[in-house]
Amino acid sequence: MRTLGALHSVLAFAASSLTDRSIRWPTWLEWQRVLFLQDYNTRVVMLGTMLLGLAAGMVGSFTLLRRRALMGDALSHATLPGVGLAFLIAPSLGLAEKSLPVLLTGAALSGIAGVVAILYVRNLTRLKEDAALGIVLSVFFGAGIAILSIAQQSVGHSAGLESFIYGKPASMIESDRLLIGCTGILSLLIMGSLFKELTLLCFDEGFAKSRGYPVLLLDLVLMGLVVIVTIIGLQAVGLVLMIALLVIPAAASRFWTQNLKQMILISAAIGGAGGFLGAAMSALFRNLPAGAMIVLVCSALFFVSMMFGTERGVVVRALRRRDLNRSVDHQHLLRGMFELQESRGPKAGIPFSELQTLRSWSSHRLLSEIERCRRRGLVFRDSGQHLSLTSSGMVEASRLVHEHRLWELYLITHADVAPGRVDQSADAIEHVLEPELIAQLEELLLQKRRVQGIAPSPHPVDATEHVS
Amino acid sequence: MSALSNWSWDYDGWIVLAGILCAVAASLPGNFLLLRRMSLLGDAISHAILPGLAVAFLVTGSRSSLPMFLGAVVVGLLTAVFTEWIRNFGEVDEGASMGVVFTTLFALGLVMIVQAADHVDLDPGCVLYGSLETTTFDMVDVAGTEIPRVVLVLAAVTVINLVVVVLFFKELKLSAFDPALATTCGISARLMHYLLMIIVAVTAVASFESVGNILVVAMFVVPPATAYLLTERLRSMIIVSALIAAVSATLGHVSALVVPSWFGYRSTSTSGMMALCAGILFFAVSLFAPQQGVLIRILRRQRLSLRILSEDLIALLYRMDERKSGVVASIGQLRATLLSGGFMSSLLMKQHSRKGHVIATENGYQLTNSGRRLGAELVRSHRLWEQYLVSEGGVAVDRIHGQAEQLEHFTGRELRDRLQQETSAPVLDPHGSPIPPE
Repeated sequence: MRTLGALHSVLAFAASSLTDRSIRWPTWLEWQRVLFLQDYNTRVVMLGTMLLGLAAGMVGSFTLLRRRALMGDALSHATLPGVGLAFLIAPSLGLAEKSLPVLLTGAALSGIAGVVAILYVRNLTRLKEDAALGIVLSVFFGAGIAILSIAQQSVGHSAGLESFIYGKPASMIESDRLLIGCTGILSLLIMGSLFKELTLLCFDEGFAKSRGYPVLLLDLVLMGLVVIVTIIGLQAVGLVLMIALLVIPAAASRFWTQNLKQMILISAAIGGAGGFLGAAMSALFRNLPAGAMIVLVCSALFFVSMMFGTERGVVVRALRRRDLNRSVDHQHLLRGMFELQESRGPKAGIPFSELQTLRSWSSHRLLSEIERCRRRGLVFRDSGQHLSLTSSGMVEASRLVHEHRLWELYLITHADVAPGRVDQSADAIEHVLEPELIAQLEELLLQKRRVQGIAPSPHPVDATEHVS
Repeated sequence: MSALSNWSWDYDGWIVLAGILCAVAASLPGNFLLLRRMSLLGDAISHAILPGLAVAFLVTGSRSSLPMFLGAVVVGLLTAVFTEWIRNFGEVDEGASMGVVFTTLFALGLVMIVQAADHVDLDPGCVLYGSLETTTFDMVDVAGTEIPRVVLVLAAVTVINLVVVVLFFKELKLSAFDPALATTCGISARLMHYLLMIIVAVTAVASFESVGNILVVAMFVVPPATAYLLTERLRSMIIVSALIAAVSATLGHVSALVVPSWFGYRSTSTSGMMALCAGILFFAVSLFAPQQGVLIRILRRQRLSLRILSEDLIALLYRMDERKSGVVASIGQLRATLLSGGFMSSLLMKQHSRKGHVIATENGYQLTNSGRRLGAELVRSHRLWEQYLVSEGGVAVDRIHGQAEQLEHFTGRELRDRLQQETSAPVLDPHGSPIPPE
């Protein structure tokens, strides 16, 4: 008989059951009951997971910035052997084997052992961070599985232990929520009082060390926070998905801000929203496991943030790049036209084809830039398709040419660059020159000459030289 | 050994073989993952294949393994692709993007399975820790011999991985150490990356089906990391890692049977114990590896500092003897100058007296002729260095002592002769003390 483990039979059943039932849309009353927290059970679970998301989002911000996003992964796996051992040892100490405090103490101790192991591998061998995390993760988890497997035979009903791996938010009770809340506040206090130190640790470890901060201790505090948050999350979402709460909200909030305090707040908000909505979905729809739903809501928020984040989102950055390209094109066009008119007299129009040979821009790109300039009244196109600068275009173009030549002059007189090579360098920088810098350059270079208007180009201006 | 009395080669033999094949298959690509600092990608991919398995099954509706296999491999590859995509487009660092991708895929897989499975009391345990113990329940007839299907699949994967590693050894090596150089040499580092991802995904899926995730994740990382501490060459690292993988698989199964019996339990999860054994081997190697071992390095440093202290003691005695011939110095006097520990100092002086460098008297120690020669060599090195630093190095006179104090311990006869030559054979050092002749 072919046996591929339990999964096959599960999937076989899944396929048959999927065909004869569909997801039932909850009624308005159910929506109301869940979203306004009218059920006692739902309320406990939703508020609990929300608090968990808040705490994990905050702690996750620091680990993310420390480039240790996956540390939560390793540490959450490292708690498992402790859970198993606590379960085995508790009866001999006269305690109930499944009492939560005992199991969580075990989890905390083995999480700390995991922290020590990570530091040992990373600091005392030549292996790198990723290997340290991978080793701790897999070996501790392996040990945990071995111990759980023993625990399962010692006591008939150790089914509760499984929930540490996959999570079972529905089993959350009022005291769990209190525990999560207290731990969240505790970690908030720790982070608040060590905010400056942790920030320094995340951004510049070497500097922190040189300023005499106890870097190793701070590292331990940070990992300790991860362990604490992980442990309280074990019951709710399980260790496999706990890491998601530590990574995803923090990574998502990074798209919205560059400020660490704001990032922590946003990350906490995303984590909290994920916990709340995920638990709500799970309560509203049958057969949606809450742990997984919390993660999926967080991922959806991450995706939205990645796309539309106001600071580093994909869309914003694409728009910014487009704007920069346009302003560069704008400056190239005006300066090119100015220089052509300069060499052949202001009255002669410039044919489009000549402009196109000026630079390696596509005709579409050039045309749309010309169109933009025309709309702004900077460029005038006559009936013969010849282009010329209008008077306001002339003003704008002469300013640009002025800046370009200032920089060229600066390179020649102060940086000893050969006149034949300054055009390219100036080309690269002229688009980002600040007005203050222009004023400085003017003072530096033009004071003695008292040149009115635009300085002449320090090298022969020739249309062909721009062709690249 | 009562727990092993039930050992049967027909049953346990196959389990050990399946474990060894899985371990070796995973450790081969694991070496390159480790060198590329992507050890966690193995973990990520083996979690992320869950939705692939589910979708492939729901779409084809068949129990046949091939579509499931391919579906899972594709999702495994997508993990790598998405990770890179998010890293590039979102400018998120590698670890975080990996975390986002694999947890999302894993959650998706869980939802799919639970959603579809309705009231089935799902034991998702099979997702993570498989059931190596059921290896022999599924036998296939090959040329008249009954071989477990699992062993066949894993053997095939091992061969595939071996072939890929051997065929593309040079390319994989170069792109692991220096992707930019590989690209300039005409090897697509990208292509190699995805080739590696393919065999990682194939290994993860094949192992997931048979021996569980946890074993393969451990074997991706731990044996290569252990081998990395033992050797400096990639070729030997790969071979050593495969050996370590095989050893930990064997030890794992044996200890899964034996260890629980010490505490009065029946046997435990074989995959878990295999991972644990690999971890224990790693720990032992990290302590005792001949070059890289933590303890070995501590011992070596300790030995060096003892040698330096012992030389300092003799040199100090020589300097005192220089001022007043035949001087007897107590341990306390020596310690007061060197600021050294009492126990070590007296131990080292006893050693000197055993070697005949000093004579122990009631009031302390006195140099013998052989001790004087030893001291003269050290002090000569010290003073020659001081002279050299001043005359050739242009170092200020008040700053030379410290440097010479360090250098004297690593200066032999040959170097002293060179120093004498370079400094044109001085008689006095910059402080005005005589430089003892050789």
